[in-house]
Amino acid sequence: MEPFKNFTGIVAPLDRPNVDTDQIIPKQFLKSVVRSGLGRGLFFDWRNQPDSQFVLNQPRFEKATILVARANFGCGSSREHAVWALADFGFKAVIAPTFADIFRNNCLKNGVLTIILKPEEVEAIFAAIKRNEDYRLTVDLAGQKVFDGAGWSAHFDIDPFPKRCLLEGLDDIALTLAHDEAIKQYEAAHPTTIRA
Amino acid sequence: MAVQTLFDKIWNAHVVREQSGEPALIYIDLHLIHEVTSPQAFEGLAKAGRRVRRLDRTFATMDHNVPTTDRSLPIADPDAKLQIEMLRKNCNEFGVKLFDLGMVEQGIVHVIGPELGLSQPGMTIVCGDSHTATHGALGALAFGIGTSEVEHVLATQCLWQAKPRTMEVRVDGRLGLGVTAKDVILGIIGRITTDGGTGHAIEYRGSTFEAMSMEERMTVCNMSIEGGARAGMIAADQKTVDYLRGRRYAPAGAEFDRMAREWLKFHTDEGAKFDRSVVFKAAEFAPQVTWGTNPGMVAEVTGKVPDPASFADATARRAAELALEYMGLQPGVPIEEVRIDRVFIGSCTNSRISDLQAAAAIVKGRKVASTVSAMVVPGSEQVKIEAEKLGLDRIFKAAGFEWREAGCSMCLGMNPDILQPGERCASTSNRNFEGRQGKGGRTHLVSPIMAAAAAVAGHFVDVREWASR
Repeated sequence: MEPFKNFTGIVAPLDRPNVDTDQIIPKQFLKSVVRSGLGRGLFFDWRNQPDSQFVLNQPRFEKATILVARANFGCGSSREHAVWALADFGFKAVIAPTFADIFRNNCLKNGVLTIILKPEEVEAIFAAIKRNEDYRLTVDLAGQKVFDGAGWSAHFDIDPFPKRCLLEGLDDIALTLAHDEAIKQYEAAHPTTIRA
Repeated sequence: MAVQTLFDKIWNAHVVREQSGEPALIYIDLHLIHEVTSPQAFEGLAKAGRRVRRLDRTFATMDHNVPTTDRSLPIADPDAKLQIEMLRKNCNEFGVKLFDLGMVEQGIVHVIGPELGLSQPGMTIVCGDSHTATHGALGALAFGIGTSEVEHVLATQCLWQAKPRTMEVRVDGRLGLGVTAKDVILGIIGRITTDGGTGHAIEYRGSTFEAMSMEERMTVCNMSIEGGARAGMIAADQKTVDYLRGRRYAPAGAEFDRMAREWLKFHTDEGAKFDRSVVFKAAEFAPQVTWGTNPGMVAEVTGKVPDPASFADATARRAAELALEYMGLQPGVPIEEVRIDRVFIGSCTNSRISDLQAAAAIVKGRKVASTVSAMVVPGSEQVKIEAEKLGLDRIFKAAGFEWREAGCSMCLGMNPDILQPGERCASTSNRNFEGRQGKGGRTHLVSPIMAAAAAVAGHFVDVREWASR
């Protein structure tokens, strides 16, 4: 995984709650056997309706790198393809008041930062995008804050471990294998109960 | 020793390493694999030159995109075929036990885990599928993971996990006739909403769940994720022990008896505290039908499609408007007047033998409405074989249902079993998201007997009026 770097990017608004991973990437794209190229499937059904006004179809959001969404974003299926699609499309961070647990985990494993802000802070971002054609936010992971060019900023919480993994781009399998002795000891004390 | 919840007992017994400022490193007893979320994980292993750490704790099957029609024919969809062949190749190269198409053990991963005795009380169980909580019905801590975590478990048999909070969902009392485990869990999700359990491991407690069969408990735990919880569990009891006796991968002989005594310890101690608790009465629950595009958008069959204007919260109101637009429903329409085109009985929620028996009892001697096309997809080959022994296939076929091979099928429409745009389906599956069963398809989640009755009537009906007494 690449280390997560601070960045400034265009913010695309997705103004509905409970956006599930079936919407983020519909089933036909789950037949891929690779991680790459899934951006074309991102929000496929919403982007491909006749006369779709879907936010990512609007030219001003073509280069967006931050998605701001409503509560319970990423609910439903555990498909990591949802994160691969967001990342492939160009998103590096998603902001919402709450995220579904599995989706959030999957994001962190792929260097996509999930930023939980208070509902009123999320509301402020939606409002700012309406006012400003070219609304951008800067994401500072080390400092745990997001801010715009007009002086607005918000702090976010993140556990120290995923923060470190993101900042250092750690391979967590290698990290775990460094504890191989502890795993071996555990295994020696806990034989399997699955009959051969 | 301090009193503990069921969750705490399992969690504490699986901590390999715990340091402040880090999540815990948790040992995984059982890892189930399927064709859709594993190819990239095996690819990662191969690239790093890693092997599968515990082949005796890793089992694979194909279920998500397998055809449910004649298995002797080649798979028509080239992408599905590739994914299925890739699972075969990966299992072969890494030495993973595979329950392949054509084997009697094949089926939906969450049906075969318990059925084969792989899933056992006190275990930690993971699978690259959000409905893994199903196995929690056996007193296990079971949860869904993404592909990166699949790779991590393959390589290390462990996972870094932040400890979830605990949530008690308590229901006491007897369910009314015609009210099923599916109605209970849909009713619970309607009440706690689709993110009510986020960040929590749920334990379902109380006399209502104690009275349920193992298969009914699986239906309940299965849909925990629809309430936002990765894990849902029910204490192991004598029913759990009796269920596991004689199953292929469960311990046998004296070892079984020894393990059975251990398993019975997997319950919450008297006086143990949960971080959160919600309490309902069994009598509150009636047969449920979802009307919207998430499982929390649910009403009683005798109710009406709600008016979005009745929602106080602006975001919920907007969500309801969008849902009704997608579903092609008008506010205030009685649920029983909603006509359907398709019926799907199957999925990891409701495709076990008792589900099929209950649905068959409703359709026996009746016919599927001329306007409806209906299918039954058993959850596993073993369920199919048993159903055929009991003559259920003949009952369904005589009524006009299609009788298929085992797989996930129209629950998620990765195989050819899909809805056409605008088609309305009464489905025993677990998700009514937009496009879930096919682009533009409209899904209403119901119990197997509600689906069976709707197939006959051509619209939703209160199955309580049909239930044989």
